[in-house]
Amino acid sequence: MPETNNSNTDKNPLVEMRDIHISFGGVKAVDGVSIDLYPGEVVGVLGHNGAGKSTLIKVLSGAYQADSGQIIVDGREAKIENARDARDNNIETIYQNLALADNLDAAQNLFLGREFTDKFGFLDDAAMEHKAREVLHRLNPNFKKFTSPVSALSGGQRQSVAIARALLFEARVLIMDEPCAALGVHETRMVGELIDQLKRDGLGILLISHDLHDVFDLSDRLHVMKNGKLVGTVPTKDVTHDDVLGMIILGKMPEHLMHLAGPGATNAPNKEALQ
Amino acid sequence: MTRLLAKMEVDRRLVGLAVVLLIIWIGFDLASGGRFITPRNIFNLSVQTASVAVMACGMVLIIVTRHIDLSVGAILGVLAMIMGVVQSDILPQFLEYNHPMTWVITLIVGLIIGGAIGSIQGLAVGYLGVPAFIVTLGGLLVWRGAAWWVTQGRTVAPLDHNFMLLGGGIEGTIGATWSWVVAAIAIAAIIYAAIKDRRRRLSFEFPVKPIWAEYTNTAIKAGLVLIAVITLNAYHLPERAAERILESRGIAATAENLVISHGIPIPLLIVALVAIVLTIVAKRTRFGRYVFAIGGNPQAAELAGINVKRMTVAVFALMGVLCAISAAISSARLQSAGNDLGTLDELRVIAAVVIGGTSLAGGLGTIYGALIGALVMQSLQSGMALLGVDTSLQSIVIGLVLVLAVFSDKYFHRRYSDPTA
Repeated sequence: MPETNNSNTDKNPLVEMRDIHISFGGVKAVDGVSIDLYPGEVVGVLGHNGAGKSTLIKVLSGAYQADSGQIIVDGREAKIENARDARDNNIETIYQNLALADNLDAAQNLFLGREFTDKFGFLDDAAMEHKAREVLHRLNPNFKKFTSPVSALSGGQRQSVAIARALLFEARVLIMDEPCAALGVHETRMVGELIDQLKRDGLGILLISHDLHDVFDLSDRLHVMKNGKLVGTVPTKDVTHDDVLGMIILGKMPEHLMHLAGPGATNAPNKEALQ
Repeated sequence: MTRLLAKMEVDRRLVGLAVVLLIIWIGFDLASGGRFITPRNIFNLSVQTASVAVMACGMVLIIVTRHIDLSVGAILGVLAMIMGVVQSDILPQFLEYNHPMTWVITLIVGLIIGGAIGSIQGLAVGYLGVPAFIVTLGGLLVWRGAAWWVTQGRTVAPLDHNFMLLGGGIEGTIGATWSWVVAAIAIAAIIYAAIKDRRRRLSFEFPVKPIWAEYTNTAIKAGLVLIAVITLNAYHLPERAAERILESRGIAATAENLVISHGIPIPLLIVALVAIVLTIVAKRTRFGRYVFAIGGNPQAAELAGINVKRMTVAVFALMGVLCAISAAISSARLQSAGNDLGTLDELRVIAAVVIGGTSLAGGLGTIYGALIGALVMQSLQSGMALLGVDTSLQSIVIGLVLVLAVFSDKYFHRRYSDPTA
């Protein structure tokens, strides 16, 4: 594995994906990619549309199964065949379309799929609302609309609900797919603050985005992909926007960081990129 | 006014519907010279609405999950025929006529077959992925045809005596005393629920509505129950029927004891039971929560670990079971089972549900709304019949009302503006 943040070397990675291959009808969507994520770390996965970043992440969240490769959670190999397996390994995904039921309120969404029930098996809405208030207050003290359907909430508030939902599942690895897409400036900042807070709580966060700016501001390390391959993994503080753009577009590690290119990384400008 | 209602946490849509219903009732009463709002007409109205109302409760859940069921009328038809044959042709071979178990066995057979028919359609929708519109449109033809096949078109009559009580009628009521008992239980339950809910919310230090709103809400609900029972008790049996009943009890008829109240008709009791059970299912169980979640965002529901396919089967199966109850009510009311029973009921049911505020886009709807919707439809029909309006004109009016109801709903309320949905 690449040597990365010095602060992380004393910890074990929360999750590692090793040599993942997946192809769809002969097209190699992900071709031998290895990435890792440490506790209290935000890692961006960058690449153009079609670079394979979403496919790679869907392997981790259980939506796809890899043709070959290993997923290691807390040092043990994990089998992730569906969303439920991912959840059992404390891996939660927050999808781009937010995956909330618009007609239900915040508490109902938070507990969807694992509601509290009383001794007769009836829903205990008061207890759920109580817990929801507690969790959401921690994330977002301004959150007030507990009884409105989430369709009445702003984008940032909806994102808070989605994240709170993941936290309630005791997520340790949070996968966020374009978390700031379709959000305004203020809302984006709010999500940024949320992410910082989760980081302090020791969660590992994978950010999938094709917007360089969002990821640059929030992440500690960047995995950059192109054409299904990992171009390289770099600490965010050691690179500039231009370096990363070069990685995304040309599929080429910046000269001064060549030593960081790990196994599975394309070290030199690859042929496809030059075509 | 709006703020007042908001404080009382009353569904604004419900108030709108109630006002519409009241206008219809008062309008017909004035136009008919006081013949509409009478105990007798209210009683008949409740019995006539029952069959559609029961099915409307299930249709709410179907439409909330973004499906539709066009086959309910046909399913009602085939189930009525099957139950007719079971009670009149099959069971009398084993049990004596009007045996007390006949209606029980008949109803159970109907409920099971209804559930099976619903499950088959649900499987086709959920697992085979055929749109519900198509599956149930096919079902409409299939089950209507099947209804004919049960007896090669012969109408089944007479039905079992006890079974016919399910349809209301002179003996199909619970009488004055039991009606008061039901009212007392209902009012006690209303008060208990209000107190329990408030205590629960206070124990978590949640905001609660002001105490006056609490009292007003409870008083209105209890008052409605009381008015309903007083009205139904004020409708007396015809003298001839009263005489016969007294005779069967061996009591000599006098001027006073000839006044016997109908009380709550059994079909109305069934509707109330179905509506209460389904409201609890919709609001207080995982099943109901998942129904609404699927309607709001099927993908999110799936990601949350809800088995959407199995839920689809369950919702359609429930609809089939309710069709069996409706089939029992309507064949019992007509005292015979004919294969055209329930024709066009699917449209009445869907209209009732939609007038009751259920969104065809899914995710939003209430059982009580559908009940009032069914009552609005039946009131229009009965009222026009009372005034001697042509049947053809009746359909035209009801068709226009349906479109108008959906339009006004779209116009006056933003989607999901209902805080209680």
